[in-house]
Amino acid sequence: MKIAVASGKGGTGKSTFSVALALANRDRARLVDCDVEEPNAHLFLRGGESTSTPVWASVPEVDASLCDACGKCTSFCQYNALALAGSAGLMVFPELCHDCGGCILVCPNKALSERKVLRGTIESRVIDGTLELVTGRLEVGSPSAPTVIRAAIENPPALRRRVTIFDAPPGTACSFASCVHQADHCVLVTDPTPFGLHDLDLAIEAIQGMSKPFSVVINRSNGDDDLASRHCRRRGIPVLMRIPERREIAECYSNGGSLLDADPSMGERLRALLDDLHFHVSGGPIL
Amino acid sequence: MKIAFPATGTDLSCLLDGRFGRAPRFLVVDSETNSYQTIENDGNADASQGAGIQSAQAVIAAGATAVVSVHFGPKAFQVFEKAGIKTLQADIAPISDLMDKFRQGVLPRMQGPDKAGHAG
Ligand code: SF4
Ligand code: SF4
Repeated sequence: MKIAVASGKGGTGKSTFSVALALANRDRARLVDCDVEEPNAHLFLRGGESTSTPVWASVPEVDASLCDACGKCTSFCQYNALALAGSAGLMVFPELCHDCGGCILVCPNKALSERKVLRGTIESRVIDGTLELVTGRLEVGSPSAPTVIRAAIENPPALRRRVTIFDAPPGTACSFASCVHQADHCVLVTDPTPFGLHDLDLAIEAIQGMSKPFSVVINRSNGDDDLASRHCRRRGIPVLMRIPERREIAECYSNGGSLLDADPSMGERLRALLDDLHFHVSGGPIL
Repeated sequence: MKIAFPATGTDLSCLLDGRFGRAPRFLVVDSETNSYQTIENDGNADASQGAGIQSAQAVIAAGATAVVSVHFGPKAFQVFEKAGIKTLQADIAPISDLMDKFRQGVLPRMQGPDKAGHAG
């Protein structure tokens, strides 16, 4: 089972929730940090030896002596990554190229060839021999967040675990979609502020567009009558858990601790939560 | 010499469009005869990325040697630089007025792109 933990915006506590969920279920779940532009789960999960794997893409390179500026490649490229600049000839914008290889095939003069560029790296670690963390990291300025997210998700597991938790990129852009798309269920973390709800609704809209089942976790909740709870009730959205607004929890985070350190009863609840999700997704217990 | 303008309408009395890559069309005006050619930018107005690049390419292909716009994105600017096309900056005004200013040589050169690219 694959669970994406997402949020409509940053700062809702999405990463602290996914880290706690992974820690409480470390014997049966692994964590993949798909927030490739700003991965942060590793800040809470230290230790373990890391192996990193580069993510490459091929972009075209032009041999100006063979190019007669026929324009076949530029009209082929759907991503506007190629342009004919008059007497200066063909220009390539590697940061727009999606690595489809088509331009190289359509060039009648064999003026284009492949050049490898680094899009990102995948880092994998096993913490205390039990919890596997995979971190996708995008090269600065690279357009290929979805490519790096896919590579992180497909990275060969170091441990056998029945559940994979994705810490999804915040927002509702294409990198969010490319992560959530690969999950069986999406857990949206929100806070009970008007802004939080606005972003929650945007995220829900995006998820419904993908026909993905989802549920909500309310962070910094003031009980089952807070703004977010009422909002979810009204819209018939299942709320999986409320994490209370408490000073101990905030203090614990600021000392680099997890939700589990702040509230030991959380471990049990997060295990029950994963059991419920698994029942919901596959109709049976996690074996 | 031919000068390109992102245009809101289809003749010289219409206003300069405030966008470049997402303008509906370009007017390419011949400074000697005042005749002009219209290039529709329809496919590009809703391209998610790289609209400026394709618009720049279309303008260059039409033979323009200068382009007047309110804004230039970084990639379009790069294409024009490379192709040796002059990039001139203007505020929104009727294109015929801007042609006069062009002939008087009072439109300032653009020093660099003034718009961030579109991502996502
Ligand atoms: S490989 Fe595909 S996306 Fe990249 S420049 Fe060529 S046609 Fe465009
Ligand atoms: S298809 Fe080949 S020859 Fe034609 S413009 Fe592209 S690179 Fe040049």
